[in-house]
Amino acid sequence: MADNNIIYDDAAEAAKFQEKRKEIIEQDSKKPFDPEAILEVRHLRKCFPLKKTITGKVTQELIAVDDVSFKLKPGETLGIVGESGCGKTTMGRAVLKLHQPTSGQIIFEGNDITNYNSAKMRDIRKKMQIIFQDPYSSLPPRSTVGGILSEPVLVHNIVPKAEVKDYVLDLMEKCGLRDYYYERYPHEFSGGQRQRICIARALSVNPSLVVCDEPVSALDVSIQAQIINLLKKLQQDLNLTYVFISHDLSVVKFISDKIGVMYLGSMMEFGTKKDIFENPLHPYTKALFSAIPYPDPDVKMNRIVLNGDIPSPANPPKGCRFHTRCPYAKEICKHITPEYKEYGEGHFAACHLLDE
Amino acid sequence: MGIFNKTKKTEKRDYLSGKEIRAIAKENAKVMKRLEAYKYRKADESEYLTKMKNDDNILEIDNLHTYFFTEQGVVKSVNGVSFDVPKNATVGIVGESGCGKSVTSMSVMRLIQGPTGQIYSGEIRFKEKDDKVYDIAKMPIRDIYKIRGNEIAMIFQEPMTSLNPVFTIGQQLDEVTFIHKEGVTKDSAKAKSIEMLNLVGIAMPERVYNSFPHELSGGMRQRVMIAMALASDPRLIIADEPTTALDVTIQAQILDLLRDLKSKIDGSIMLITHDLGVIAEMADYVVVMYAGRVIEKGTVSEIFHNPLHPYTIGLQKSKPTLDSKDEELFNIPGNVPNPVNMPNYCYFKERCSKCVKKCNGDYPEMVQVSPTHFVACHLYEEDKNNG
Repeated sequence: MADNNIIYDDAAEAAKFQEKRKEIIEQDSKKPFDPEAILEVRHLRKCFPLKKTITGKVTQELIAVDDVSFKLKPGETLGIVGESGCGKTTMGRAVLKLHQPTSGQIIFEGNDITNYNSAKMRDIRKKMQIIFQDPYSSLPPRSTVGGILSEPVLVHNIVPKAEVKDYVLDLMEKCGLRDYYYERYPHEFSGGQRQRICIARALSVNPSLVVCDEPVSALDVSIQAQIINLLKKLQQDLNLTYVFISHDLSVVKFISDKIGVMYLGSMMEFGTKKDIFENPLHPYTKALFSAIPYPDPDVKMNRIVLNGDIPSPANPPKGCRFHTRCPYAKEICKHITPEYKEYGEGHFAACHLLDE
Repeated sequence: MGIFNKTKKTEKRDYLSGKEIRAIAKENAKVMKRLEAYKYRKADESEYLTKMKNDDNILEIDNLHTYFFTEQGVVKSVNGVSFDVPKNATVGIVGESGCGKSVTSMSVMRLIQGPTGQIYSGEIRFKEKDDKVYDIAKMPIRDIYKIRGNEIAMIFQEPMTSLNPVFTIGQQLDEVTFIHKEGVTKDSAKAKSIEMLNLVGIAMPERVYNSFPHELSGGMRQRVMIAMALASDPRLIIADEPTTALDVTIQAQILDLLRDLKSKIDGSIMLITHDLGVIAEMADYVVVMYAGRVIEKGTVSEIFHNPLHPYTIGLQKSKPTLDSKDEELFNIPGNVPNPVNMPNYCYFKERCSKCVKKCNGDYPEMVQVSPTHFVACHLYEEDKNNG
């Protein structure tokens, strides 16, 4: 109980932490890009202004994504898990630059695309696509399936104009859509079929990176399995790289090679699937795993029930963000933000308890 | 290419002409008028008093049909559903969206939106506190308050939209007590509400009592909804997907709470969900529904260790679990059939991998395989005949 006697100066600790982080970011930004990685994210940060003064100066901001870093090799799948409001969707969108990141670097295929303007981004967009969460609201109701799928092909000049229709029909076959769907409208389809259309649209421009933002959470269990199998098959056939965002741990485990666990905007733990599931380090990861109901009435889980709710991201707690709900929280956790460090090869975590 | 020719040949007309729609509407209007009049009639209590088949049950649903009379035709959302809810037990109802599980619970509460939606036939027998047995399906709507919200309470799916945004939590909780209890003063109602908030594990009940719904988080709102359901001391709680809109960590909290409460209030729970994990953890009995029918029912260990219907088996296999291998997931091909104009044969036939010749015949009857285990599938009928 020695650390209870230490009186922490919160302001000084915060300043110290900021300075240290600045140093690390500066060091990292000078490092050469990893030639093997298709996507490298360094210290990504995205803030949204909440309050502004009359002159436009931001007085209060919401830090949606705070200092997230990872690397991804071609053909790999990164699963991002976390509860609602933890910034997983914002991170996915910031990687595609649908949100301009506040700071940090995004390196895609060896180019730093963080500060590309929209004209320059257009060429890159061919290579990176997104599948949205809700197949009911992400398809234009007034165009046919054929129209939806051929528009990106025409805009990006993927194939000559005369061959567009054949190309689209071929694509539809790959995604398990019948050819006579070409003339139909989105409202005629069920959720699972619509999600197939969304997948076909994302793949129509031959991307190498696809961000899947909760692609199966709006679907029924039996349809979910169809879509997951399709995504896996397409990945093998086309050598795609996925960033798979989901709150469902069992789905993420099924599809991912690497997994990142997010909480209130920061990455809490990152590692290969084996690391995360067989040797979880962070208390939040452990609690998250134990919270999933297991479909067998005889298995009684040793459940770690977290108390309370997620704090508001506009006003995150000081020190470790998880300390308000952590069953093992100590005095140090309330004041000093833990460093995001490597604890095994490629296995990162941010927790004070691991340093002991 | 030939794509246009193909569409013309294979295309069936998938819309109705104006004439057909008018004919359907006329037919529907007749039935709806009759059923509406029956719903709003004045009736003596003796008219809807019945007897339970089994005295240990608190609720018995017997061959319930709930139809929606739409312009496209009659949608048979609940098509002959029967199951029992025993005393002090949790009955879980599983099924995909659109299989009629919510409509069943709404029928029990008599909350089906008329005049389109109507309970067409069937019995819902409910045993009241003083051992009177009411047939809820026959009760006139003006008498339903004796049971709805009082003896049977409901926890709705979305805590975000089920609370009234312009009243404080306190006002909404007190209202329940005012309606269902006699001789209630303002102070006693408040005391009861605070007690209920305490019961559901809200840390500062006084503060929550005075706050508006938007000030609370999703988990807190769901707790308030549960408190509201408990405020009238119900004997049966219907929980319609109580955790679907919540995060896993909050879901774990709410499930723990529900399990605690069941023993405290000495009542039964009817839990509706599509998550098999939740069912395995909470339920004593399981009812599996598909396209408006019960296809399998039994105790929780029967359904999870010895599932018989191909749909139940497929449902369990298609859900990835934390220790499943990296092989391809099992999936049930195809979709749920169109709810209008259901076929005569088994509704699952087109998606089933174990079809036999008999499946082209009539819809299979419920087969009893053990004292508590029932399944509606032709595969098991034969076993019975042979043995």
